[in-house]
This record gives sequence, C-alpha cells and structure tokens, in this order.
Amino acid sequence: MRKARYPRRKFIRDVAAVAGGLSVLPACNKSRGRWRFFTEEEANTVYAICEQIIPTDQDPGAAYAGVPNFIDKQLVGPYKRFQQAYRKGLAGVQETSLAQFGARFESLKWDQQTEVLKILEAGKARGRTWETGSPKVFFELIRDHTMQGFYGSPRHGGNWDYVSYRMLGLDYPQVIGQNRYKKA
Amino acid sequence: MALKHVNAVVVGAGAGGGIAAKELSEAGLSVVLLERGGWSHFWDYAHDELISQRTTPLGNAFGPDDEKYRRVVVDRDGSSRVVLPSEGAYCNNAACVGSGTVSYGAMAWRFMQKDFMMRSTYSAPDGSTLEDWPIRYEDLEPFYEKAEWEIGVAGDDTQNPFAPPRRRPQPMPPFRYNTEGRLLDPAARRLGWHPFPIPMLRNSVPYGGRPACIHCRFCVGFACEVNAKCGTHNTAIPAAIATGNCELRTQCVASEIILDEKGRAGGIVYFDETDRRQTQTSDIVVLACSATETPRLMLNSRSRLFPGGVGNRNDWVGRNLQGHAYAGAFGLFEAETYDDAGPGACLAICDFNHGNAGLRGGGAICNEFIRTPYLFTSRRPPGSPAWGRGHKDFQRRNFKRCVAVHGPVQEMPVFDARVQVDPAVKDYWGIPVVRLSGSRHPHDLEISRFLADKAALWLKEAGATETWPKLPGSGLSGGQHQAGTCRMGNDSKVSVTNSYGQVHDVENLFVADASLHVTNGGFNPVLTIMALAYRVSDYIKREWKGTRFRA
Repeated sequence: MRKARYPRRKFIRDVAAVAGGLSVLPACNKSRGRWRFFTEEEANTVYAICEQIIPTDQDPGAAYAGVPNFIDKQLVGPYKRFQQAYRKGLAGVQETSLAQFGARFESLKWDQQTEVLKILEAGKARGRTWETGSPKVFFELIRDHTMQGFYGSPRHGGNWDYVSYRMLGLDYPQVIGQNRYKKA
Repeated sequence: MALKHVNAVVVGAGAGGGIAAKELSEAGLSVVLLERGGWSHFWDYAHDELISQRTTPLGNAFGPDDEKYRRVVVDRDGSSRVVLPSEGAYCNNAACVGSGTVSYGAMAWRFMQKDFMMRSTYSAPDGSTLEDWPIRYEDLEPFYEKAEWEIGVAGDDTQNPFAPPRRRPQPMPPFRYNTEGRLLDPAARRLGWHPFPIPMLRNSVPYGGRPACIHCRFCVGFACEVNAKCGTHNTAIPAAIATGNCELRTQCVASEIILDEKGRAGGIVYFDETDRRQTQTSDIVVLACSATETPRLMLNSRSRLFPGGVGNRNDWVGRNLQGHAYAGAFGLFEAETYDDAGPGACLAICDFNHGNAGLRGGGAICNEFIRTPYLFTSRRPPGSPAWGRGHKDFQRRNFKRCVAVHGPVQEMPVFDARVQVDPAVKDYWGIPVVRLSGSRHPHDLEISRFLADKAALWLKEAGATETWPKLPGSGLSGGQHQAGTCRMGNDSKVSVTNSYGQVHDVENLFVADASLHVTNGGFNPVLTIMALAYRVSDYIKREWKGTRFRA
C-alpha cells in the first residue's frame, strides 16, 4: 500500500479537467473555418475542387479528410512559394466557371464542376487569368496537393481520422514488434 | 583561436567518409570528420511519408533543407532554373551523419566482374566515355568482404549463379520471401531464370550489438525504428569516435580546400554550426561528399596552379555524372499480394546484367520496396484517371494487389552530363552552388525497354492480369545513386584520380565516394562505395607509415 494516496476529490477534479479538455477537441475541428492563407470564398472553392479530385463514395472524400486545411497550412509553410499560384488559379477557376456555366464553381452541379476541371486539366480554359498562367499547371498542382493531403501523414492537417489508411486497410499506428513473415 | 592541426580531414560522414574516418583513426591518425548535417533520429519524422527520403514534397527528412541550399539545373533548351533540395531535379543525397545509409533500402550488391571492364567487354557507343575501371573485381573483393562483415550484410550468394567469386559468405542469413517473393520465385524458375534473395545491409538476425529487423511497412526512405538497418551512423562512425582519434563535427559546411603554393592540400575551410568561418589544417584531405558535392568543392577550390579548380587541369572534374535509369513493370493481381511485411524488396535475378544480345550490359531486376499510399497515386496504367472516382476506385482496389519489379540500368557515361559551379547563384553561406546539365545516353533507354519487357513477362508468368511498363525519361541522371564525376584511372589526362582515389598532381588529396566510379554497375552502388572507401583508406594507411605525405 502506497503511503501518499491520490485524494479522491483531486482525482475527480483532474478527470473532469481532462474530460473537459477532450470535449473541446471536436470544437478544434470546427476551427477549420479560420484560414491561414485562404479567404472564406477561396476556401469554399478549394473544398469543392478537392472533393471533385477525391470524392466521397462508400469512403469519405477529400473534404472530410481536411485536405483544404492541409493545403492552407502548407501555403504558409513549405509551400509559401505556391501562394500566388493559388490566389491566381482559384480566381481563374471562377472565371472559367462563370464563362462556361454562368455561376461560381462551388454552386455548380457536380457534373458541371467536373467539366470545368476537365477543361483546366486539358489546358483549354480561357479567360484573363489564364493568359499569364497555365490552367493545366495549376490543376496539376492542386491535384497533387490533394493527394498529399488525403494520403499523407495526418500530422500535416489532412488525412483526418486516418481516412485514407482506413480505406486502404492499413493499420495505423502500425502494429509492430512481431515477425510478420509466414513460415515458408 | 586557430584549430589544432590534425593528420586528416574527412569531408562528409556518409557511406564513404564514415568508413575512411574509421579506418584512418583506427590506424592512429588524428581525424576530423566534417558533416554538413547533424545526427538524425527516428522520431524527428518517424513514418511521415511527405517528409521522407522517398517522397519529399514537404522537405527532406534527412536534409538538406529548402532554406539554405539551392542548385541550378540547365534544361535541354539551354535555359536554367534554380531548384530546391525537396525537388527531384536537385539530385539530393541526404545531409546527416550516415547520409543515405540512414534511410536507404540497403541493397548490398557486389558489382560483377564485367562491370569493371565495360569498355573492353562491349566497346563504347558513340557519344559515351565508357571505360574500364583501373582496378578489377579481384582488387576490390577483400574490401567488399570487409564491408559485408563490418557494416553487416544479410544474404546468400550461393543461390545466385551469376554472383562474382567470394572467399567468405555474407555474415547473416538472407531475408525470407514475403508474399510477392513466394509468387515471383516459382514464376522466374518456370521462365528458366535464377531468382535469389537480395543481399541487404539490414540485420536478419541480431548483429553488431543491434537487433533484427521487425519487418515493419516502412523501410526505404525512413530511418529504422529499431536500428536494424546497418549504416555508417551506427557502425563505422561510432567506431571511429571510440578510438579517441576522431572528432566528428556536425553542422559544418565545407567551402574550400586549402591549397599551398606547391599545389598541395593543406586542410579545409568551412562554416561551423554558428556560421563562423573556420580553417582546419591537416596533412591530408579526404573528400566524400557525394558525386555532386565532391566536384563542387574541388571546383570551388582554386589557386594559381589550379585556376579551374583543384585536380581539374584537363577539365574532367564533374564530368560523366551517372545514376541509374530504373526500368521494369507493374502488374495487377486477382488476389492480394500485399502482406504488410517490410522491407518488401526480397528477391532478384541477375540473368540480364550481361550477355543481352545487341546491348551493352543491363541490370538486376528486383521486386520493389513497399509503396506508400501517396507514392502509389502515381502508379497507374497509361490512360488511367488521375483523379475523381476512377482514381479512388483504383487506389482502393489495387493498393494491395499491385506488384512492381524493376532494376537499375548500368548507364553509359556521357562527358557532357556534368556538375559545374554556377557563376551567379550562391547558397546561404555564399558558396557557389552546383550547376547540373546534360542528359542520358540513348542506349540507356534501349536497355530500359529490354528490361521492362522481361519484367512484364515475369509478372505475367506469376499471374498478373494486367501489366504496364515503367520506363525512365531521357533527362539528366543522378539522384541518390549519383556517381562518376571524379573518375579514377591510370591516364591522368582522362581521369581525376589514380586507382587509389588519389587526385592526380595533388598527392595528399583523396576522393572516397561514388565520384570515383568509372561506371555504376547494374546495381545499387552503396556496397561498392563502402568497399572503395576501405581500399582508399588502406592505401593511405600504408603510405602514411612511410612518407606521411610530407613533401
């Protein structure tokens, strides 16, 4: 028997503090509304583009995985050099979207959004923005970053809830400490 | 305060430099080992795919960093651009104690006898400086053996009929086959080929005071969580420090080799961890900074006798940059082939390294290391959707049903594939940066197509329902297997060092890394780098006893 017992009252207080802390966590989740680089409008566009690139089906898509949060976070970190490409590219997406279907990208129907992105991917988008920058290059950039955010480590702000690892059936954290080779 | 004079400065604590530091300090020389990076630890980046050595979009886990380092790449149209270390065109090698040996896949190949005699075996194609090595396999054999036993290799060459002769077996038993291996082994035998387990610088059983591999999913590109991977950071470098004769200085960036009026090396000028300029004098200097950084340091070291950089009288420093074109195939299978058991790569064939009709050499074909999820997004048959539902379906359905077999093509050296120093761009410390230019020899692509066909045949025989080829581009080679830029040779007009890595005309300046490679084998080069470092050190030790390299 230990001499100094953990006082029951203190125990209850500490547990309450921890539980209270935990209950705050989902609220952090909602703080995705506070963007580091994107404006609120840009963020809505990015959500729609990412969801097109990795859509929700029987498994969650890029929006649930927090991919826009990943991109936003990297744009003020290692991807600072892509800030202008995003600012301009997202404006260009709206331009193409307006020219093609007369509405902002995020308010288009699913298939219309797909079509806009296909135009970008093919490098055929027209508009003032695209006179000085390639739509193809911007699409490839955001496509690649979406893949990174969805499939990369959750520590960078994407792959929320390990969604891609769950989808692929990969243990995370990985089960280690055993010899996994079957006996030949 | 002036730094105390030492016998030897070794620049670069990687595969070559770590071994040189150990050998020289064990022989009683006082050694300073300079490393531009620091010690890396598994928990710095753990299993983070986006900051690994395999996929580096958010940075290099083992350095160098994107803030302080730059390079210039000259594109085919003659225009040049600045590239960051995390970009592929940079041709990065890790900047940390142990360098690439911390995060490598750790294949432990001996080059074959013909790999040292490429020109006399095949003759050089037009546009290539293909040449024989000044040494033969037999000269290097004892040092391969030393590398295998001191650093630690698991393998069994007796199962490979094409393996060059050896006196002593590898010290550890080979790794067992995983599911892919058990699928590919009988298929290769049905085709009349000779599969065998890949030799690996990784503990299959406890060895060297470190535990055995636990077969985790992450291997190539990551530091080992349980220290089962054998690199110089956990073998040669600790042994060097334990002698009491070797001082390892980390975060030290060499800028120049000190040259005296007689054209001899007198030490190294470097920037220490607080960016202060330091001068470390020494009797000899050993360069082991990689095939891009070693020539950069030499070209940045000028004197009256060497206006174009030390050892560069004939304009050969930085020439013949090679790496490996990787050729092979991917295959999709009905049943799952993935068993989540690393390292993944487990078997190889050497049936196509030499003797391929109409081709000069070839390469080993191995199954690939485990593909991480982001890396797998670029593994698609031609014409597949790169995004949308099609992308996601493919990823979900095939991540565990895809097998890749591929191998390193022995490249034809090209004189104009080269490392220079850029006249304008400088790094954080004001040192002129590497300028890369040139492209692959077209013959590499012919060999690649040949190997890709064999790889596809192998996968189909193993039951693949669909295969597609993996072929290299025609741009400049280099990458982590970079080699060839300070070629060793007997004729000082067409090489940079003699057969012991001693720079022509500068008797106390040595090279001990892959820059020495005349050709780069159809294999991962690290064991050859290690063996050469042992051989160069052996020569220095023998000469030291007599002359101490004093003029």
